[in-house]
Amino acid sequence: MAASIRLLARRIVRDASRNINSSVSGRIVRSSCPSNLSACRCFSDGATDKSTHFGFETVPEGEKAERVYKVFESVAQKYDVMNDAMSLGVHRLWKDMLLHVMNPQPGMRLLDVAGGTGDISFRFLDYVRSQQERVARRTARANQTPSWQEISTSYTPPTEGIEMETEARESRAVVCDINKEMLKVGKQKAESMGVSSGLSWVVGDAEELPFDDDQFDVYTIAFGIRNVTHIDLALQEAVRVLKPGGRFMCLEFSKVTNPLLSRLYDAYSFQMIPVLGEVIAGDWKSYQYLVESIRKFPDQETFKRMIEEAGFFSVRYHNLTGGVVALHSGFKL
Amino acid sequence: MSQPTHTSQMLRSLLVSSRRCTGRGLFMDEAACVRQQHRGLDSADSHYDGLYPGHIPTNPIQKALLAVGSGVAALQDPYRHDMVAVLGETTGHLALMTLRDRMRGDPEGYTILTERPRIRLSTLDLSKMASLPDGSFGREYLRFLEDNRVTPDSRVNVKFVDNEELAYVMQRYREVHDLLHTLLGMPTNMLGEVAVKWFEAAQTGLPMCILGAALGPLRLSTSRLEPLVTSLGPWAVRNGRQARCVLSIFYERRWEQSLENLREELNIEPPPLTIRATSQKATLDS
Repeated sequence: MAASIRLLARRIVRDASRNINSSVSGRIVRSSCPSNLSACRCFSDGATDKSTHFGFETVPEGEKAERVYKVFESVAQKYDVMNDAMSLGVHRLWKDMLLHVMNPQPGMRLLDVAGGTGDISFRFLDYVRSQQERVARRTARANQTPSWQEISTSYTPPTEGIEMETEARESRAVVCDINKEMLKVGKQKAESMGVSSGLSWVVGDAEELPFDDDQFDVYTIAFGIRNVTHIDLALQEAVRVLKPGGRFMCLEFSKVTNPLLSRLYDAYSFQMIPVLGEVIAGDWKSYQYLVESIRKFPDQETFKRMIEEAGFFSVRYHNLTGGVVALHSGFKL
Repeated sequence: MSQPTHTSQMLRSLLVSSRRCTGRGLFMDEAACVRQQHRGLDSADSHYDGLYPGHIPTNPIQKALLAVGSGVAALQDPYRHDMVAVLGETTGHLALMTLRDRMRGDPEGYTILTERPRIRLSTLDLSKMASLPDGSFGREYLRFLEDNRVTPDSRVNVKFVDNEELAYVMQRYREVHDLLHTLLGMPTNMLGEVAVKWFEAAQTGLPMCILGAALGPLRLSTSRLEPLVTSLGPWAVRNGRQARCVLSIFYERRWEQSLENLREELNIEPPPLTIRATSQKATLDS
């Protein structure tokens, strides 16, 4: 007991000296929180059960996965509506940016981990199809005023068409998620959109993927990696299932650098988002967890280092919306 | 900077955390106190944070947002009982305090506040109630549950009231609602619900009831609006004002009492019209 108080006191002094906030009571409350959490971890590290964070709560590691599962099971039905409401539609731009940076070509194989309702995979298939259409249009335009030689050399339209079709068949997206409810919602969306070819839905754990080595060209995980209990294991699995030359891409909420924006963002997260969750989805606690889990996720540089440690090269990140979201990308060589 | 003061301040902030959340602090304080609520240190088997099971502490801004949001959601879909409940909790602070004071002033109400009975299917002895004579309160209540196909367990738990006693008063109000239907002789179709809402608005003064009473008639057809405005409405409001506080009655001990007797005791006139309990599907059309 005495040892922990000493630890607490030491941490409070450290945090107090770092703290910019002027209000004294606020400082005590704020500085006591992180130090208390770390004191709690000191207790539990000695025990047999390792503990981790679930939002701002500390839970045993075994429990986290189950609780995350329950959260997403209950939000699955209203997930897309809530995303639009919480981000005011901006999440669509973030996902479009991911695809733009990815710039997939026809024939690529995508693994969308924690893909849930399939947003990335649908965009992937759309992008690839529009690429193919662009290529087709270009060749058609080129064929408008050809010279005699060009006509004779390019007079193989039937085989060209078949080639493109096989390429279309080869562009495949696999949506993998640990949560069956989310996949169900995604499948319903696919059916209503009429998308069926080139898409498969697989239940799987990001820390232990049900795929062979060297299978995919691109591995994406959008807004899912902060819910994984062991992020390093998920990164190792990503290295394993990617082909050499394959790309790892991760969209995740990250640290906002601008202090004014950061305060606005915090206020919005903690005031508005659980309220929206209660009103739209009837579930305050799940959205409380969601905004807390964002705060517990490592910042851009730390995450970049984690990706490099897992074995990726040329790791970069782009900050979107002032750091609210970061897009990390790395290559397996 | 001595160590004991820091610990004691930490403990104090722990105890005061819920009050802090409802105070007018900086936004950052709210985030911090939210963090406090989720600390695993509090208790080994903490199945709830806050003052009572299911309590979610909120600050005035969040309450205002919740009130507006739930109001809109409830208007769009009146069958979203959870939204009606949230609206009532976030707007009813003053009315709940008045109700609680009225209950304290009444000896039976005071007993309820100390004993905290809950009306649940598990606490009701249904076979015994079914064996009671017709016209007794218990038998009529059971008949009401059967005719309208409702259950007392479908009430949402209180979440956003930041006082433990007031939360119980709110919960009691919700659980007494069905009994009120029986007392007033109103079924659970739209017309019956509006009549009960008018009674409750006059009695409790809860803003949610007043809003419901004002906007409920808009969803009624003209054929149903007529009896409401001419006879049912004035009757409901008059009785709401003159009746004894309905929350102060220990209904659980009065199942054998005859319904007429109970109405007399509470100063409630019998309904001027009898409305048949139609099925839910039929009421959706009206």
